[in-house]
Amino acid sequence: MLSSKALAVVALGLALTLPALPAFPAFAAGSISIAGSTALLPLALDAARVYQEQNKDVKISVSGGGSGTGISQVAGKAIDIGDSDILAPSHPELVDNKVAVIGFSVITNPGVGVKNLTKKQIQDIFTGTVTNWKDVGGPDQKIVVVNRPRSSGTRAVFVKTVMEGTPVSESGLTEDATGTVVSVVKQTPGAISYAAFSGTHGQSVSELSIDGVAPTDDNIVSGKYPVWSYEHMFTNGPPSGDTAKFIEFVQKSADLAKKNGFIALSDMKVKETDR
Amino acid sequence: MSDVPKTDNRSHRQGIGEATQVVASLWFSVGKETLSVISLQAAKSHRNERIAVNVLRGAAVFVIFAIAVLIVYLAFEGTKTFSVDKFPVWKFLFSSDYDPGNNLGGSAVFITGTLLVTGFAIVVGGPFGIAVGVFLSEVAPARMAQILKPAIELLVGIPSVVYGWLGLTLLVPFLRTHTSSPSGFGLAAAGIVLSIMILPTVISLSEDAFRSLPVSLREGSMALGSTRWQMITGVLLPSASSGLTVALILGIARAIGEALAVQMVIGNSSQFPRGIFAPTASLTTEIVIDMGGAPQGSFQEHVLFSMALLLLLIAMALILLVRFALRGRG
Repeated sequence: MLSSKALAVVALGLALTLPALPAFPAFAAGSISIAGSTALLPLALDAARVYQEQNKDVKISVSGGGSGTGISQVAGKAIDIGDSDILAPSHPELVDNKVAVIGFSVITNPGVGVKNLTKKQIQDIFTGTVTNWKDVGGPDQKIVVVNRPRSSGTRAVFVKTVMEGTPVSESGLTEDATGTVVSVVKQTPGAISYAAFSGTHGQSVSELSIDGVAPTDDNIVSGKYPVWSYEHMFTNGPPSGDTAKFIEFVQKSADLAKKNGFIALSDMKVKETDR
Repeated sequence: MSDVPKTDNRSHRQGIGEATQVVASLWFSVGKETLSVISLQAAKSHRNERIAVNVLRGAAVFVIFAIAVLIVYLAFEGTKTFSVDKFPVWKFLFSSDYDPGNNLGGSAVFITGTLLVTGFAIVVGGPFGIAVGVFLSEVAPARMAQILKPAIELLVGIPSVVYGWLGLTLLVPFLRTHTSSPSGFGLAAAGIVLSIMILPTVISLSEDAFRSLPVSLREGSMALGSTRWQMITGVLLPSASSGLTVALILGIARAIGEALAVQMVIGNSSQFPRGIFAPTASLTTEIVIDMGGAPQGSFQEHVLFSMALLLLLIAMALILLVRFALRGRG
């Protein structure tokens, strides 16, 4: 008696839920999952929003985690697109889809008042040789270095282009996303860090000129400002279906790129090897 | 490079195979025990009861299976640093050269960080928690205890991310302006957040320890003319010592395992702290920061698993200590 009632309930439950399943987002016609670089995150989010408005049947989920996370998750086929600021030489199966160019600024707390540093001075600060702002033309104030974790693409670009390969000292703080870095620098007197234009432009932090060259799109396009990189959307094997369409959409949306602080691929006049 | 994941998968399967064998033998032992207890009634009673017994047995075996899989998997992955990558155990424990990209996995900084923040939490939160436990059990009027108890239990229910966030928005700026720390992030911030997080554990367990003492102890002490303070310090505290030890050990266990709240305020710099207000990192925070970016099957992933295994071993040791302390009570 009891069990037949239970059976009836289960049957009714199934009958009610089964037709509803296709309407559930995860079962929608197309779904794309994206994770990785927090530098590329603003563009990925904005592009996903616009793309979903134009294609109602496609669901796109976008999250951060850092470039290393994006690469390792797309290599493990956990996601469809892995966002990264850096290449993935150890994963030959991944296909590199460049979508935009991003610049990175060296940023300080606005209270520091320093507007320009030489590359050498920045290197000295991040290796821990210089620990007070007065030694580089600022006030008598301790320098608080804020780094990104080892798996960060932003950190990799910074080490390659500004530190010229010298590893950064681990004595600073480490924060695991572009947004966190910017808010810590904003709040901490004497703080210095590095972050993508997409996270720094329009924020109340000082963006330093390096060797007298200001961190602007124009200076990157003309090859004067060295701290930039391609933003990659890695796919496991050649992209297909909705994933391919979305990547092409991002590559062609120069207006979205500009709006979010990126440089469209078509605008670039220098190559990565020209630095 | 492409060979690594393959080997990985195979070894995972091996690990799970071993776990299944262990569980199979457990199934039978659990089954025997259960049946010997209930066999007489079960034989006579309804089919429903047999179903109930099987459901309960299933639940027990599932729990054991989950724990076994966890331990076997961690033991398997966590020892790869030493078996596959040939990184010496003593270097993992005692070297501070941590650069997993260059096959250096010295985790002394993180081990020290874990010990220091936990020590800080227990030194600050332990005595305070026991004091509140004494207060609730011996001093507070019944009405007040009725209000305080649920309030303290509420502290357990607050998610750790909320503790971390409050630490980030209230404590870190406070330490920045009132101490030598230019950023406010660091050991002290993590220790203070943790000492608040372990309070409910320590308070409820130490209150229980006092409440479980026989009334005759209090009556005898009062009859001899002692004041309430003399009774608490001279009679009740020593009598409750094993219960209080358990309260402290479980407080330590809570503190060692916390990751998120600590990660938000400790500063995450992989160096020994240069003072109580300086930033450092712990085993849990390093796992949180690095796990996402550690490529599968890489040395970095192996080292992080070794840290996780070490945390599991510490937790096991603490549970054994609790058993030992309770046995002492007799």
